[in-house]
Amino acid sequence: MTEERLIISRKTNNKFFLMIAIGVVLLIAGIIIAAMSGGHQAEGHGEAAAAGHEAAHWTKRLYMNLWLNNVYFTGIALIGVFFVAVQYVAYAGWSVLIKRIPEAMGYYLPIGGAVMLITFLLGGHDIFHWTHDYLYNQFLEDGVTPNPQYDPIIAGKAPYLNFWFFLIRMVAYFVLWILFFNWLRRNSLNEDLQGGTNYYHKSIRISAMFLVVFGVTSSTSAWDWVLSIDTHWFSTMFGWYVFASWWVSGLAVITLAVIILKQNGYLKMVNANHLHDLGKFVFAFSIFWTYVWFSQFMLIWYANIPEESIYFIERLGGNGGHFKWIFFTNLLINFAFPFLVLMTRDAKRQMIMLKIVTIAILIGHWLDFYLMMMPGTMRTDAGIGFIEIGTTLIFLGVFLITFTKGLTKASLVPVNHPFLEESVHHHV
Amino acid sequence: MTKKFVLGIYDDEDVLLQAIENVRAAGTKIYEVFSPYPIHGIDDVLGVKRSRLPIVAFFCGLFGMSFALWMQIWMLGFDWPMIIGGKPHIALPAFIPVTFELTVLCAAFGMVITFFIVTRLRPSLKVNVFDKRSTDDKYVMAIEVKEGVTDISALNNLLRSNGAIEVNEKEVIK
Repeated sequence: MTEERLIISRKTNNKFFLMIAIGVVLLIAGIIIAAMSGGHQAEGHGEAAAAGHEAAHWTKRLYMNLWLNNVYFTGIALIGVFFVAVQYVAYAGWSVLIKRIPEAMGYYLPIGGAVMLITFLLGGHDIFHWTHDYLYNQFLEDGVTPNPQYDPIIAGKAPYLNFWFFLIRMVAYFVLWILFFNWLRRNSLNEDLQGGTNYYHKSIRISAMFLVVFGVTSSTSAWDWVLSIDTHWFSTMFGWYVFASWWVSGLAVITLAVIILKQNGYLKMVNANHLHDLGKFVFAFSIFWTYVWFSQFMLIWYANIPEESIYFIERLGGNGGHFKWIFFTNLLINFAFPFLVLMTRDAKRQMIMLKIVTIAILIGHWLDFYLMMMPGTMRTDAGIGFIEIGTTLIFLGVFLITFTKGLTKASLVPVNHPFLEESVHHHV
Repeated sequence: MTKKFVLGIYDDEDVLLQAIENVRAAGTKIYEVFSPYPIHGIDDVLGVKRSRLPIVAFFCGLFGMSFALWMQIWMLGFDWPMIIGGKPHIALPAFIPVTFELTVLCAAFGMVITFFIVTRLRPSLKVNVFDKRSTDDKYVMAIEVKEGVTDISALNNLLRSNGAIEVNEKEVIK
């Protein structure tokens, strides 16, 4: 088998930088607009402000956007490693030809970790209500007067949700993920040079270990980074829900990257059969996401217990119906659209169909994360404007630069993988 | 009524696939190929059209979905309205699980029943096994002989030149 080296031209790289530049310009424009209209809004909502609702400051909106995009892109990068690990443990042969793409997605993880840490340290109070110390003191300083701001529910969660343990967990997740990513990647690259089945067997063992780590950390990181925004609320489905959202977005990125590389003349041996399998993945896990979404929704809707249903009230009629359109768009774009479009065999084998659906899914799941995070923090001040688009463009640009740089570091075809021949002759 | 067939016996999958292509290119119509296991890519080589069963499945599923929704809305909304858990009579989220189950049930049963009808699979079916070795380790290519049209010796040569290890003739009661 021959090597295939990806070459990212200066022109392509410039496009990524242009994307970041446009993002920065939009972001600054958005911040200026928000900063100027912020004071006006506070006046306009004088009554609301008096009742304790302050108009959100633009920094809060910025932190929320950083957090939202970083959780989204970190999840996608993590899914890259997860996909490779699953393929190893399943002894999969078909995916060998496209394996380098999910593998390279993991290169974003260190950046994701750094941004996550910085955003939490700078904007933790804006993102997480539970980080405020005053919630935990039952009495005021004199030790007798009850603290009006004391929150027994949040105080009860203090053993898990406290600043230091949260920070330690965050660092631990990234250290573990990056460790396993590097370990798998190093084995894969050494296999290219040395050959033999040693690296393959070793990769299976590493993957199995990673899956155990991932099984725990994907849920706990979802609780930490997304669920704890709505501190009073909890859902046992939530870890799965965030995983499903990450997983289907990650699959969409893998599929889209394979198609774009193929259309630019790379991955010559990838054919409609590989695309078909990727299409099946995207199709199936769109349904899986809907299944998890509905499992969470229906039980809460049916039981109708106030402390549970508040979550969906905030997203439907509550907040002045501010999030209603996203709530329904979320279902349409992430379930109905891929379900109906990718249903036929032919659609899963055509690049154009897969392209349309995967792009829609990527937008849809960004909106999904938006819907998870914004109602609990920005409330009615949330919007999708220059700040949101700008931040997303910056993150997308950075992700694409690290991802493509990772792709260029090795041959796109893992030349010495023992199942390469099987993948070349893959037929469905 | 009996029909006569020429059977080419093969013992190699790749030889068989190549033979099928050559035989079809020579203008001979292949009646059927029997193999002990499914062979990848044989549908394309034989020119077998894609099954239309998925279309049946879609419409059966659509029927199941419509039926389930209609049934629940009519029963719980109009025929015998009941208050359950303080929800409206027509409470769509509560109907989704039943709708899902009936969609799957109708699609699955619809496919299986259609398959049985189309292939005429039934308990009284008599199957003519052209060559018993096709259930073990040989591949059998059957070509129908039309009296006065088919040149059997030419066919024999064609099959043998394409790697058949044996060429037999067999009469089958149809």
